[in-house]
Amino acid sequence: MSGAALRFNGIGKEFPGVKALAQISFEARPHSVHALMGENGAGKSTLLKILGGAYIPSSGTVQIGAQTMAFKCAADSIASGVAVIHQELHLVPEMSVAENLFLGHLPTRFGVVNRSLLRKQALACLKGLADEIDPDEKLGRLSLGQRQLVEIAKALSRGANVIAFDEPTSSLSAREIDRLMAIITRLRDEGKVVLYVSHRMEEVFRICDAVTVFKDGRYVRTFEDMSTLTHDQLVTCMVGRDIQDIYDYRPREQGEVALNVEGLLGPGLREPVSFQVRKGEILGLFGLVGAGRTELLRLLSGLERSSAGSLALCGEPLQLRSPRDAIAAGVLLCPEDRKKEGIIPLSSVAENINISARSAHASFGWLLRDDWEKGNAERQIQAMKVKTPNAEQKILYLSGGNQQKAILGRWLSMPMKVLLLDEPTRGIDIGAKSEIYQIIHNLAASGIAVIVVSSDLMEVMGISDRILVMSEGALTGELPRAQADEARLLQLALPQSRA
Amino acid sequence: MSEVKTAKGFWPGFNQRKFLDDWVMLLAALGIFVLSAVFIDNFLSPLNMRGLGLAISTVGIAACTMLFCLASGHFDLSVGSVIACAGVVAGIVMRDTDSVALGVSAALAMGLVVGLINGIVIAKLRINALIATLATMQIVRGLAYIFSNGKAVGVMNEGFFVFGNGQLLGVPVPIIITVLCFVFFGWLLNYTTYGRNTMAIGGNQEAALLAGVNVDRTKIIIFAVHGLIGALAGVILASRMTSGQPMIGQGFELTVISACVLGGVSLSGGIGMIRHVIAGVLILAIIENAMNLKNIDTFYQYVIRGSILLLAVIIDRMKQR
Repeated sequence: MSGAALRFNGIGKEFPGVKALAQISFEARPHSVHALMGENGAGKSTLLKILGGAYIPSSGTVQIGAQTMAFKCAADSIASGVAVIHQELHLVPEMSVAENLFLGHLPTRFGVVNRSLLRKQALACLKGLADEIDPDEKLGRLSLGQRQLVEIAKALSRGANVIAFDEPTSSLSAREIDRLMAIITRLRDEGKVVLYVSHRMEEVFRICDAVTVFKDGRYVRTFEDMSTLTHDQLVTCMVGRDIQDIYDYRPREQGEVALNVEGLLGPGLREPVSFQVRKGEILGLFGLVGAGRTELLRLLSGLERSSAGSLALCGEPLQLRSPRDAIAAGVLLCPEDRKKEGIIPLSSVAENINISARSAHASFGWLLRDDWEKGNAERQIQAMKVKTPNAEQKILYLSGGNQQKAILGRWLSMPMKVLLLDEPTRGIDIGAKSEIYQIIHNLAASGIAVIVVSSDLMEVMGISDRILVMSEGALTGELPRAQADEARLLQLALPQSRA
Repeated sequence: MSEVKTAKGFWPGFNQRKFLDDWVMLLAALGIFVLSAVFIDNFLSPLNMRGLGLAISTVGIAACTMLFCLASGHFDLSVGSVIACAGVVAGIVMRDTDSVALGVSAALAMGLVVGLINGIVIAKLRINALIATLATMQIVRGLAYIFSNGKAVGVMNEGFFVFGNGQLLGVPVPIIITVLCFVFFGWLLNYTTYGRNTMAIGGNQEAALLAGVNVDRTKIIIFAVHGLIGALAGVILASRMTSGQPMIGQGFELTVISACVLGGVSLSGGIGMIRHVIAGVLILAIIENAMNLKNIDTFYQYVIRGSILLLAVIIDRMKQR
């Protein structure tokens, strides 16, 4: 079977009210690593789900070699030699490595699991991929990188010829990334079809032989020759327009210091962190995953307690014991994981907007005032341009961008001094993105200090007045807008111990 | 985004789906009531109606505050024991002091304390509500037996019987209290920050915390109020029976929870309205009443009640698809 190409013929996928994919046709050849790139929401993950049998396409077919595949479920796809390595690995942490490798078809003798054979087979599977892993180890004790190797070993043991990786490096360390790259190169040389979904340009240029670009669920083009492709060409192709104008940066007046952080230490921070942010300033906070940016924001928002250091807000010392303290002081956080920490999914858009500010407007502090509730919800929906049929719609049914705008509306209902944004545009389509940048600019222009955490280099450089870089739980650099370029930021962000 | 359809004319903005979600169980309760009235002799007789109303009252009162527990993503198994213990405590204090006010106050205080303990253990010590209230359920049941020496505590005080057997304009007092509870807690859930925060915690606790909701305090209040109202239900029951009985109300907590869930309150939190509770309580009580009038064997009644509950949650699950 080795040597068969993977072809998508006019794949389309519709969800109620949404066209996730339309007319996707391209071919990925064996002996090649084929990158899929595009903004969030461009349709890459949907395509992988179709390939993995999790979604059934509304139109079009998937072809491997000369054979047309009809994947009705994940088992069909696995049986045809397709393996999709998802971002969230599909493994059971409480079971052993060997059991995970052969889950669903454990070797048995008279109906009882044959432990010694299982171990032998598992060792054979891991050989050459991850020799150091003991098959009897509990999976939960492995590092994320090792778990991913287990997932790859599992795919290979099932005879996968087409292997798709969905953002495989997003939570790996630099050394683990190197190892993964070597394995992917080896898979390519063995004649497998490798699909590689990633946001990281440097990885795509490092290991991929072809790139297909998606935008808004449509196929844009495929670059077959990586040697003539430039970085800018690829970005322009992905964004579909000049990058500068979506950020719409304008210089602003900056006032006095709004938030002063002095020697802050806490969970996730290796060295004391000190910095200042001024009124009207947009401060970018860049770093790779695990650099400690989210942890820093958790400290600043009172979600986590600091073990040392002090905070001052507009010159006044600030003590944070809970998110309520931060909110009362006007330090407001839009969390990274909107679904888990931001929205209350089954409640209405109005509820989600009003939840924080309402007690200040309620009679005696607890009797809701209907006029304020309705008025404020409408006002914020208008101001943030939240696209919703009405204020009573459950927020769950809104797109990611509109959910984010509703949460911004929640904070705009409150007196705000410092706004903390953790990955504010993750998973948001480009149109909503530029609206959110607009909102951030306007907030800063009105004198609010904004801290934006992002792993998107373009975004950080596009909107910030000044950029702080973190790596391995410490601040590693500070660059004013004019001096920030990609190379310098990345250099500061890469862990020094391994550079 | 596609255009939003709003039907014009007779009912502007009528949303069929939302209407069904909100009212279907209450309509079902009404349907079962009408069917019973048509097909069962004596169902509508004043005596039976009064019996039905009284049957609703104990479950209905406790279900009002169970709604808050469920809406916040928890539940409380100790309420059956609280009901028994409240009756016993009221009986003993009245026997010793001859004061109705003291007896009732002592019972309510006991309920409040049990609820506070539940709330603090669950909110502050982060113990799973199942385990925490399973423990207090046994402790409080044990206390009820210890206080009463395992025997019913008879009440002689005439003034106490008002709660269970009194009437106002021909309506029994327990029914009046139940209706007041429905109105009050329905209002509390929809029109106060406390009620909305309860829903937010059940909908997404992490998000509620980050939005500035005082999660721990809200949870403690939910359980404390539930304990207090459970004790009130216990006092009314004791008054009806003219004694505090330590063995009463075994399995009562499950009846209350199933009434709520039957009406449409979600066990995983974030979904719940007072009309769900009213519908659930009515359906359970009417069916039980009808089965009794039809002389259906108790053994079969268990099977039928369980089947109805199962059917209701399956329908609910399918509605969410």
